[in-house]
Amino acid sequence: MTAFPAEDQIPEELRPLLSERALTGETIVLNMGPQHPSTHGVLRLILELDGERIINCIPDIGFLHTGIEKNMEAKTYEKALVMTDRTDYLNNLGNNLTYCLAIEKLVELDVPPRAQAIRVIMVELQRIASHLVWLGTHALDLAAQSVFLYCFREREVILDLFELCSGARMMTSYIRPGGVWRDLPEEFEPALKAFSKDLPRRLDQYEAILTKNPLWLDRTVGISPIDAETALAQGLTGPLLRAAGVPFDLRRTQPYSGYDQYDFDIPTADSGDVYDRYIVRMQEMRQSLRIIDQAMEDLPGGLFRSDNRKFVPPPRSELGHSMEAVIHHFKLWTEGFRAPHGSVFVATESPRGVLGCYLVGDGGPYPYRVHFRTPSFAALQALPLLAKGCLIADLVAIISSLDPVLGDTDR
Amino acid sequence: MGILEQATELVTREMGDDVLDVTTFRGETTISLKPMAISMAVKLLRDDPDLNFNFLAMLTAVDYFPQEPRFLVAYQLYSLSNNVYLGLQVPVSGKGPELPTIESVYPNANWHEREVWDMFGISFVGHTDPRRILMPHDWEGHPLRKDYPLGYEEVQFSFNFDEIDKRKPYAKE
Amino acid sequence: MGLEGKSASAGAITLPLEKAVNWARTGAMWPMLFGLACCAIEMMSAQAADYDMSRFGMELMRGSPRQSDLMIVAGRVSRKMAPVLRRLYDQMPEPKWVVSMGDCASCSGVFNNYALVQGVDEVVPVDVYVAGCPPRPEALIHGILRLHEKVRQEPLTDWI
Repeated sequence: MTAFPAEDQIPEELRPLLSERALTGETIVLNMGPQHPSTHGVLRLILELDGERIINCIPDIGFLHTGIEKNMEAKTYEKALVMTDRTDYLNNLGNNLTYCLAIEKLVELDVPPRAQAIRVIMVELQRIASHLVWLGTHALDLAAQSVFLYCFREREVILDLFELCSGARMMTSYIRPGGVWRDLPEEFEPALKAFSKDLPRRLDQYEAILTKNPLWLDRTVGISPIDAETALAQGLTGPLLRAAGVPFDLRRTQPYSGYDQYDFDIPTADSGDVYDRYIVRMQEMRQSLRIIDQAMEDLPGGLFRSDNRKFVPPPRSELGHSMEAVIHHFKLWTEGFRAPHGSVFVATESPRGVLGCYLVGDGGPYPYRVHFRTPSFAALQALPLLAKGCLIADLVAIISSLDPVLGDTDR
Repeated sequence: MGILEQATELVTREMGDDVLDVTTFRGETTISLKPMAISMAVKLLRDDPDLNFNFLAMLTAVDYFPQEPRFLVAYQLYSLSNNVYLGLQVPVSGKGPELPTIESVYPNANWHEREVWDMFGISFVGHTDPRRILMPHDWEGHPLRKDYPLGYEEVQFSFNFDEIDKRKPYAKE
Repeated sequence: MGLEGKSASAGAITLPLEKAVNWARTGAMWPMLFGLACCAIEMMSAQAADYDMSRFGMELMRGSPRQSDLMIVAGRVSRKMAPVLRRLYDQMPEPKWVVSMGDCASCSGVFNNYALVQGVDEVVPVDVYVAGCPPRPEALIHGILRLHEKVRQEPLTDWI
């Protein structure tokens, strides 16, 4: 009698990772392939199953590897900004901000206060949009399909706001070194106020559907709890760590872009299971709204982008009558600005966790090395630990509660 | 004394000759070490009760081809209780680059080190799972090295449209 | 009353078989869930309530290639993913169509490097290319409608 699956069907490199029971056929090796409705992107999982219990789960990533880091080395600093939108495609403005903060730290460029406040508003709106996609897909995976439609309806309002400012819904490249691309238009403030009045009521509706729903509780409470020390050792950050009880938020501990002026809470929970992560993210959306309201109220006047012409191009209206403006424009457009030798590391709080950018300059106009330390990479690394011993249906809930974005993971 | 000074003093005292340099740039402190010393150093930094560097924020490498030493493996450690970052750098030579793994100290270094192996070809001694992670498992070469080409394809404009069209592999069926 | 009028009142209409079959094919073309990257989010937006794709017959996205007729390649296809893409395309039963959504699928977009397949038409034959990075949901729907028009023109001889 042959073993099922046959020993030669298991690829060579995976054999040391699977237990001996797999080679004899006692446990099934199942491929949850790159194309799957519930893997949130192109994630391949090789599951070793004993009946329906998971003995081992081996993630295989790299199906969305785009070579962004190497490609950024071939473009100037400002042109490479376009690629940062596309790493974590649900946190475009956050990626832009992290990269711009790294450049500004390296070349010692100051950002005016109005630009910092606008950046905060945009990044917090992006955080709400990302959490709405998370909630929609998380609920969709657990078969609450209507929540998906509601969340995307709210997200459309946010994308309309982005389009108002920058012209694009998702890949905005709005946050640029020195500030933001252009000032907020007049229609932005009333639209934002209307949105921020509307959203808490909607979030209440979603919580009314899910938070005390016995079906939801059955599927999420007690699934993959994790304690704070293990989470930290695995490199989990963001809502995953806060759900385990550690109130660690880079916006509070290492504030950037003026976050220390705003008053907001850091929601935490106890056990770190799927339900707690849900609670933490729902509350984070409300806190983001608080930050946006404060930032919009106290929006300072002034420049929306630094006027240091060595790094920031002059407005086109100046090109008609100022020779220096023409020279700066020419230099920046043909060669780009130069960064000194040295390396910096800047980390910000993305909706998924700690997003870090390590930037090495070599005195030339191209970045010598750019590396993004992405939160989804660490989250998927912890997946085998979280998924041990649970059912496949629980695995779906765990993956969507980790909120992985494969563009973030594979870059 | 500040946490960073405490940390550099601890490392220089315990590791002695293995510490090459301590630099500060843009407010960030970086300690340069010899390759074989890295796992001891991070263990010291994590286990010390005052310093408590319990989070590995980043592990990556930079290629300085054709200089020697060719690679520079960079680590960033973060201490949650003290709220400080500390950078470590390890220059690694280009011929047979290898380092001890820090997986036993920080479990999340596992995938980071696999990525460094995949992208740069730096092997980590003692790593439990040295496989490629981002590229296909039978890929040859290490993409982020400076002597690896970008893989740039000629852009198809209207003047060279037809000639590129003939060469480009289209799927027929 | 002409012949059409008489047969219509009897409950029968006459039209070429080609038109009938092509009309039926466009009426309920189910896409396969093949969202890879950022374009997948815009595809989900197009499926959601604001820019509903269900009104064009694409009520649901099928996870299984065996049950779908349209593959919307939404996102960048890396070299590791290309064999998977081809295998899924081969698993889809005839008739099948491919919409290449976004710049990365059509021509690898912003990324001209070692890791991406430079245009998904190197791997599967594409019927409609939708440009944009990512294309707006309206652009995707426009692409789908152009595909419907293309399908309506398909002659009888192509089926065999």
